[in-house]
Amino acid sequence: MMKNTRSGSYAQPQEKTVKLSTVLSALVILLVYAAVFVAEQTLPSTSILFTVLKKGATYALVAVSMNLLNGFTGLFSLGQAGFMLIGAYAYGILTIPVEQRMNVYQYYDGGIVQFALPVVPALIIAGLCAAAFAFLIGLPVLRLKSDYLAIATLGFAEIVRTIFQWDKLGFLTNGSNLLREYPTFNDFNIKGADGEVTLYLSTLVPFIIAGVCIALIVLLLRSSYGRAFMAIRDDEIAAEAMGINLAKHKQIAFCVSSFFAGIGGAMLAMYQNTVQAKAFTSAMTYEILLIVVIGGIGSVTGSCISSFLFVACSEWWLRFLDQKQMIGNFEVPLLRNGFRLVVFSIIIMIVVLFFRQGIMGTKELPDLFKPRRGGKKPKRSVKEKAEQAKENAKEALQAEEQITLTAAEAAETGAAVAAEAAGEEAASLKDKAEEAKEALKEALAQEAAAAAEAETVEGGEA
Amino acid sequence: MLKTVLPYLLTGIAVGGQYALIAIGYTMVYGILRLINFAHGDVFMVAGILMVYIMASGLPLYISIPLVLLLTAAIGFVIERIAYKPLRSAPRMSIMISAIGVSYTLQNLVLYITGGLNKSYPKIPFISESVSIFGVNTKMVTLITPVLTIVLVVALVLLINKTKIGMAMRAVSKDFETSQLMGIKINNVISVTFIIGSVLAGVGSILYFTNYNTVIQTSGAMPGLKAFVAAVFGGIGSIPGAVVGAFIIGICENLIKGLDIILFKAGLTNTSYGLATFSDAFTFALLIIILIVKPTGLFGEKITDKV
Amino acid sequence: MREIVMQMDNVTMQFGGVVAVDSLSLDIYKDEIVALIGPNGAGKTTAFNVATGVYAPTNGRVLLRGKIIAQGHPTGKMKHMYAGTHIGEYNKLISHTPDKICQMGMARTFQNIRLFKNMTVLENVLVARHMRLNAGFFQSALNLNLHEERRLRRECSDLLDMLGLSDLMYENAASLPYGKQRYLEIARALATDPRILLLDEPAAGMNPQETDELSDFIRKIKEDFNLTVFLIEHHMNLVMDISDRIYVLDFGKLIAEGTPEEIQKNPAVIAAYLGVEEE
Repeated sequence: MMKNTRSGSYAQPQEKTVKLSTVLSALVILLVYAAVFVAEQTLPSTSILFTVLKKGATYALVAVSMNLLNGFTGLFSLGQAGFMLIGAYAYGILTIPVEQRMNVYQYYDGGIVQFALPVVPALIIAGLCAAAFAFLIGLPVLRLKSDYLAIATLGFAEIVRTIFQWDKLGFLTNGSNLLREYPTFNDFNIKGADGEVTLYLSTLVPFIIAGVCIALIVLLLRSSYGRAFMAIRDDEIAAEAMGINLAKHKQIAFCVSSFFAGIGGAMLAMYQNTVQAKAFTSAMTYEILLIVVIGGIGSVTGSCISSFLFVACSEWWLRFLDQKQMIGNFEVPLLRNGFRLVVFSIIIMIVVLFFRQGIMGTKELPDLFKPRRGGKKPKRSVKEKAEQAKENAKEALQAEEQITLTAAEAAETGAAVAAEAAGEEAASLKDKAEEAKEALKEALAQEAAAAAEAETVEGGEA
Repeated sequence: MLKTVLPYLLTGIAVGGQYALIAIGYTMVYGILRLINFAHGDVFMVAGILMVYIMASGLPLYISIPLVLLLTAAIGFVIERIAYKPLRSAPRMSIMISAIGVSYTLQNLVLYITGGLNKSYPKIPFISESVSIFGVNTKMVTLITPVLTIVLVVALVLLINKTKIGMAMRAVSKDFETSQLMGIKINNVISVTFIIGSVLAGVGSILYFTNYNTVIQTSGAMPGLKAFVAAVFGGIGSIPGAVVGAFIIGICENLIKGLDIILFKAGLTNTSYGLATFSDAFTFALLIIILIVKPTGLFGEKITDKV
Repeated sequence: MREIVMQMDNVTMQFGGVVAVDSLSLDIYKDEIVALIGPNGAGKTTAFNVATGVYAPTNGRVLLRGKIIAQGHPTGKMKHMYAGTHIGEYNKLISHTPDKICQMGMARTFQNIRLFKNMTVLENVLVARHMRLNAGFFQSALNLNLHEERRLRRECSDLLDMLGLSDLMYENAASLPYGKQRYLEIARALATDPRILLLDEPAAGMNPQETDELSDFIRKIKEDFNLTVFLIEHHMNLVMDISDRIYVLDFGKLIAEGTPEEIQKNPAVIAAYLGVEEE
């Protein structure tokens, strides 16, 4: 039972591989940021690539915030569009320059807010507003079971959408009219005295905002609270029995997710240049949910990758499907407006039905750099296994000897019955020993293979 | 006063009946699979689009209506077989996501076919005609809907309580695994459930779009959601509950649409509050309230989790 | 007089018309190992669920170290349906949630293993330490409590070491063999720092040899962790072997109570088991 004493030596190498893979991941992320920066300075700013990158960064944040809730805490919430709306409006309302207010709020005498905040405080307040709404709605709604929660949050998002368009709140929300003239991504470009852009930052800035937010979410997930969230996802009843206050932790996850959805909404407002409550429909929530699913429910990396893929497909790579295409004189059939979305839907259904793990499953970026052999197990564990198998085999062989001895002894004393019993036992143990021998052979083979591979790796490195 | 309220009330009853026909599909599927079939509203919308195209092809009414219902039933059947059946043993979240995926697919398909334009719904003789009761002008469909709804619901309840397949449906909704062990072919039962739900949604779509005149790919989303709320309000899994819930929601929603005018006529206010905006929001507020106060709905049964 | 760790007073649990537990009273003293036995469907697990706060008792009360953790009387429809006794004695409604009760020092395992399947063995145990976290939310969420986190990991890996699970520390909990999963559930419960440990059929699905090992193990953790143990079990060898006292439940009612020797001779118990008490 308590034979194992190797834990220390086992834990050590594990830690080391984690560190190496973390460094490599950080390097990859840094390279991506550097590439974005360089691309922005060299390519024409009208390139579709930047549209994709800006929108992709925005969606990545929102998708990760949704994943925090749906994938990591197991709360099936469909209120994301509502919280984005709150964030987008809070940002817009707080940052429209005072001199533009008369112009924007033309039907409401310039509106009631007569100051403008800088971007960063406005972003944080946008998140806080969304979180505050989440807190209030979470009090009653989070007690509900999975699908009821989904429909209640969906309903909440619809209510928010209606309230923000209500004429009587126009002094604050501009009613059903657009909000505009607030700082957008393009305002982050640094201009020289002549009005020419000297340093392009309009793509890097959304990357930085989303990056910081996602990093915060990852830190949360790695903390004790993150573990508590995942425990709730895996088994609510067991989590509660282990002392986790369900209401409190669900509320925390809900508010944090909404906070970042709010910031994501503000980013969407910046990306779009104008914002209108009407656009934040349940279809938007579905879209984000599908991004999460394609990326892998329970993988932050997956959500990020699939956001960019999703946006790139819908804005760029699949655009050709919407136009008539001629190959020579032959007109490709089916291609016309809307076909892109059909193809897109079919791809999504295929992922949902046949690749339920999505792109990443529950893996994260550092997992990709961990040495792997034959799927799940790290290489070292093969050796361990081999060792263990050897030990087991030895034990079994010893047992076999002993039993044979007992049988012989029994036979000698002439106790036929006992001998029979012992013999049977011995037979079964012989089988076991046989098995153990097989296992030993296999283990040895495996070990040899592992060693061989290690050598080749070393050789390659040398 | 009555003259002010009556038109809203009449429309409310009619819309309520149409919601009821959709809500039954939700409540039956939920009763058996514990799945919110997010695509159901879109099946309803597709039925509307089918009607537009089939009538445009010049087929007579007595062929086109059964054809629409048949095709809608087929769509419901196919959706279940393709998108839900393979996920029978998957976590519930996966099936719900699949349902959302189907909804997205149906909407995009219709967008592609129609070019994203509003299609005007064909006029159906008799039920599109105008009629006047108590001095209020309305369409015939407003009067027919509640009657037809009640007839269909009674027929359905009889089917469920008196026939063999109905008994199988009740058994499956009580205990999925046990009824499978008792030799009930659950896949057939589930298919029948989807077919019944889709046909009723098809009937609902004929009545609903005759009232609203146009169909577009997003037409199904709102009625679908509201019908689902009705099903929850009445107690999910309960057919009478869904019907009662649907009528209550239909009536309340339309009264709210006219609330500003009603209040003004009653001399209670002089200004307009723009309350009509809240007719949709009301439904969802009602949903959240019922879920908090009585999560099992009006007629629902309590389910306890086993530890 | 020894200290009573847990006490149930006339606990009745009624679901609709079914009385699952009928006026059950029992005391569990410090440092005891007490077993609750009875035929299938006797209401043993229900009694556990009432004690750990999963169900609120229909009538009666539960005390943990002198504090009332659950107390109830029939309300609403149940007023008319109630078929138990001792009505009107427990007028104040008190019900703590399971997490609160766990924090107060009662931990449990489950009959059908309920591990956090997508988490590693170490994480499963770490989750149980979460409620004892000193750092506040923001400190923890920003990973600023590195020292504490390191200490937690050390404590938990030490615990796993003691329980012989340390070589599986980074394995997925779901990938563990069945027997190990049972041990991990106990490890997780121990990580909550309990005074009393409730084990719901810990030997279910184990062979005789494994069951023997389990008896030794339960004795060992009782000593090492200074525990009081209350368990439900069907393996009579194990029950008779380790229990100081035994309570026997049949159709929700307590039919016998005493030392293993007394219980083995008790005619009511033999009748309830119809002679199957010997395995």
